[in-house]
Parts: sequence; structure tokens; C-alpha cells
Amino acid sequence: MSRALYRLSAPLAALGRSALGLLAAIGRVTLYALDALSHVFRPPFYPREFAAALLNVGWLSLPVVGLTALFTGGALALQIYAGGERFSAEAVVPQIVAIGIVRELGPVLVGLMIAARVTSSIAAEIATMRVTEQIDALVTLSTHPMKYLTAPRLLAGLLVVPALVAVGDVIGIYGGFLVSTGSLGFAPGSYIQNTWDFLTRADILSSLAKGAAFGFIATLMGCYHGMHGGRGAEGVGRATKASVEAAAVLILAANFLLTNLFFAA
Amino acid sequence: MIELIGVHKGFGAKQVLRGVDLSIARGESMVVIGGSGTGKSVLLKCILGLLEPDAGRILLDGQDVREAERDAFLARFGMLFQGGALFDSLPVWQNVAFRLLRGRLKRPREEAREIAVEKLRRVGLGPEVADLLPAELSGGMQKRVGLARAIAAEPEIIFFDEPTTGLDPIMAGVINALIREIVTEMGATAMTITHDMSSVRAIADKVAMLHAGKVRWSGPVGEMDASGDPYLDQFIHGRAEGPIETLR
Ligand SMILES: Nc1ncnc2c1ncn2[C@@H]1O[C@H](COP(=O)(O)OP(=O)(O)O)[C@@H](O)[C@H]1O
Ligand SMILES: [Mg+2]
Repeated sequence: MSRALYRLSAPLAALGRSALGLLAAIGRVTLYALDALSHVFRPPFYPREFAAALLNVGWLSLPVVGLTALFTGGALALQIYAGGERFSAEAVVPQIVAIGIVRELGPVLVGLMIAARVTSSIAAEIATMRVTEQIDALVTLSTHPMKYLTAPRLLAGLLVVPALVAVGDVIGIYGGFLVSTGSLGFAPGSYIQNTWDFLTRADILSSLAKGAAFGFIATLMGCYHGMHGGRGAEGVGRATKASVEAAAVLILAANFLLTNLFFAA
Repeated sequence: MIELIGVHKGFGAKQVLRGVDLSIARGESMVVIGGSGTGKSVLLKCILGLLEPDAGRILLDGQDVREAERDAFLARFGMLFQGGALFDSLPVWQNVAFRLLRGRLKRPREEAREIAVEKLRRVGLGPEVADLLPAELSGGMQKRVGLARAIAAEPEIIFFDEPTTGLDPIMAGVINALIREIVTEMGATAMTITHDMSSVRAIADKVAMLHAGKVRWSGPVGEMDASGDPYLDQFIHGRAEGPIETLR
């Protein structure tokens, strides 16, 4: 009897344990995020670290963001044209490309590219610093790792990823424009006019707000997993992998929530 | 004056420190010896608050280190890490002058650089290394840069974790002499971890041997050879046979 009960309850217990584990992880990340944010606004500030983070998160991400947006915008125009043709609606290409890119694909793709490029490099760098005792050395040199390492990166993510999203939006629309005017027979002037007339201020603001949220998530996950990685080279590898996975999933989840918040009736 | 009373520290199921009692007087040079993995580095990290002891008390000038104001507390210390722990994103001189470039000890950049170059000279490195990145240096040079960083802000208390490991015998002699000099000239209190018996004899006022999580023997360096402690004798003479278990 008790054996049967045990058999029944064992999977439930396992489920309960992993649920508790997940809740505990969410709690730890939330506390870390709040602590990190509090350091963003309290001195001492490290302007050099901030400048380096701006460069790394923002400027150096431009090529990958631009290419991603360009190809996606082009492919989107082709798809909408082909799909729209079935019910003679191919004229909506500029409008749908604009909405698709600005509201969804621009921020999401930039977010994911930042997760791939920036989250991984932050996690690997900080985890290596931990493994090689550089974090301990920072502390003994009276420098708070949260202020020196985490705060500048978080702030850079918050500020610069919206700008990257803006760039991605523009280039994505441009990709659609190139394909539409180059091979689908749209007139350049009216394509731009249609795009511009169709987009609302809310579309653009939501795009930038998503960018800020994704930038925060991406840099936070890099720092968090870097700081809490295991020991040795294996620990660095694991921290990097975990940070990118977590950032990507959280960005997609946050995107769903934000879309719901901004656009659900 | 540093005092450790019954300090315990373990990681998971593994007990590393099992009640360490040790006291180091102001201006004294204490050398801690012991086999690899006996917890010597862990001991230093506990004193600095990088690791939290599971039990026991650590006092600095009679005050519990956990109650001390962290910034003021850490400003009194310099530490050379076993692996150097240089910041690999910063050039050598900014590593050495790290404390002087930010925070409460901040100086103008030019002055900080001059101090860094001077400290590098003291550890036998020329000004040409100042602008290199740590990854461009050999292991022994990195160690010396770490040493220069530890002494850059002229701390009262300096911890050296295996300062001569990885150096050639001549450089090791230079570093030993430097540590001795820092203690006598600057009046600093030093705690050095080493396996190198020539370092012990060159640096130590007092010696403590860590074994099985406790201080097995401690006393003035002059009494070390006649201690009559079989564990200490085995270590000093590097014998494979003796009470300390060796894995072969
Ligand atoms: N952060 C840590 N987490 C888990 N185990 C550790 C940690 N730091 C040290 N240890 C373990 O504690 C023991 C003592 O380490 P350490 O103090 O570095 O030895 P040593 O005397 O050679 O300096 C080792 O077995 C090491 O694996
Ligand atoms: Mg050690």
C-alpha cells in the first residue's frame, strides 16, 4: 500500500521540487536585479566601465543587428506579397512590413542577437573573472563588483538597446523597401509614404520600450550567470550557456507580455 | 593585531578548516605553511571576508571583522592572490594603480602612473611593462605585478599567497628580500603562505603549520628546527616518509 502510494507520489514530489527550484531561482534573480538597479543610481560611478559597456553592447552590435534586420525585412516583404496575392491584397506590403518589423520582429530579433552576442560575452567574461579570483581581487581593492561590473552593463543595456532597436526597425523596413521596389514593382515614393502614414507613435514607442526591457534582460542574465557560475573552465562554459538560454527565453516571454500589454484590446 | 579563534570553514560535506586558532601581532611577519589543499588560501579569504567562516571569530585590533565598516577595513589590506588575479582587461600599470585610480584613495592619473611604475621597479620590472596587458606577461612576471598591486597603496597589513611559486630561485630571493623589507621598513604586518622553506627562513618572524584543518604547530622561526614535532619535521625536510599521509 505505502509502496504504491510512494510510486504515485514520487513524480509529484519531483515536480514539486523542480517547481520550488524554479520559484527560488526567480526569487534570486529578482533580488539580484533589484540590488543591481539600486547600484545603478548610487555612487561611486565608473564612467570608463560604462563607456566600454556602451561600446560593446551598442556600437559593436550594429553590424549583426543591421544584417539581421535587413534580411528579415526583405524576406518579410516577399512573404507578405506572396501571401497577399492569394486574395489580391499584395498592396498591403509596406504597411504589414512596417507593423511586423516595428512591433515584433525588430525588437525580438535585436533582443535575441544581443542575447547571443552580448549576454554570452558578459557571462563568459565575468565567470572567468570569478574563476581566476579577479572578483575577489576587486573586493579586496575596495571595489564593489555589483557597481563596477554589473551596474555599468545594465545601464548600457537599458539605454543602448532601444537605440539598436530603432536602427534595426529602420533597416528592416529598408530591407522590405529594397525588395518591394527592386523586384515586386512598388514605387519608392508611395512605399515610403504608406509606411510613414501607417505607423503610429504607439507602435514606435512600444518598439523602443521592448528594446529597453530586452536590453535589461540580456545584460542582467549575462551578469547574473557570470557571477553565479560554477568553478573551473567547465563552470565558465555552463554559465555562458545558461545565460544565453535564460536571456532568449525571458526575452520571448517578456515580448509576449509586453505585446499583450500594449496591443491587446 | 589579527586574532583567529576556533575558525571553521567547510564546503558542502568537506571540512577544510576545523578550528583554527592563530594570532599575529602588529608589525610581525607570520608565515603559514602546510600541504596543498589544507586550506591556507581559504584561511586568508576568511580573514578578508571573501569567505564567511561557518563558526569561530576573527578579530582585527579586537574588533570582529564582520562588524567592521567594509571600506575602511579593506583599505588597510593588500593581498597578493595565488594566481595573481590581475584584471586582464586593464594594462599592467592600471592594475598596479587600481586603488589609486578610483574610490577614496583616488589621485590624478599621472601621479598614479608614476607610483605604479615605481612599485613595478621595486618588484624588478621595468617601465616598459607598464603598458602591456597581463596576458602578455609570463607567469612569474604576473606574480610580480600582483605583488606590486598589493603594496601600491602602502597597506598596513599584507597577505601574500605563495609569492614565490613559479619564480626562478634568484627572483624568488629578490621577492623574499622585498617582503622582508616591506615588513621592516613600512612596519607592515604580513601573513605569507608558502611551500618554499627558503622563503620561510627569509621572511618569517613566526611560523604556523596548518594540518588537518588546525594549526598543528606555531612558534618563532628560530624554534622551528628543534620543535620535535614529527609533522613539522617531515614538512621542513620534504620527506615522503612520516606521519603526513601522501598519495602515491
Ligand atoms: N570556493 C570554494 N568552493 C569549494 N571548495 C573550495 C573553495 N575554495 C577552496 N575549496 C577547497 O578547499 C580546500 C582548500 O583549498 P585552498 O585553501 O585553496 O588550499 P591551499 O592550502 O592549497 O591554499 C581545497 O580542497 C579546495 O578544493
Ligand atoms: Mg592556496
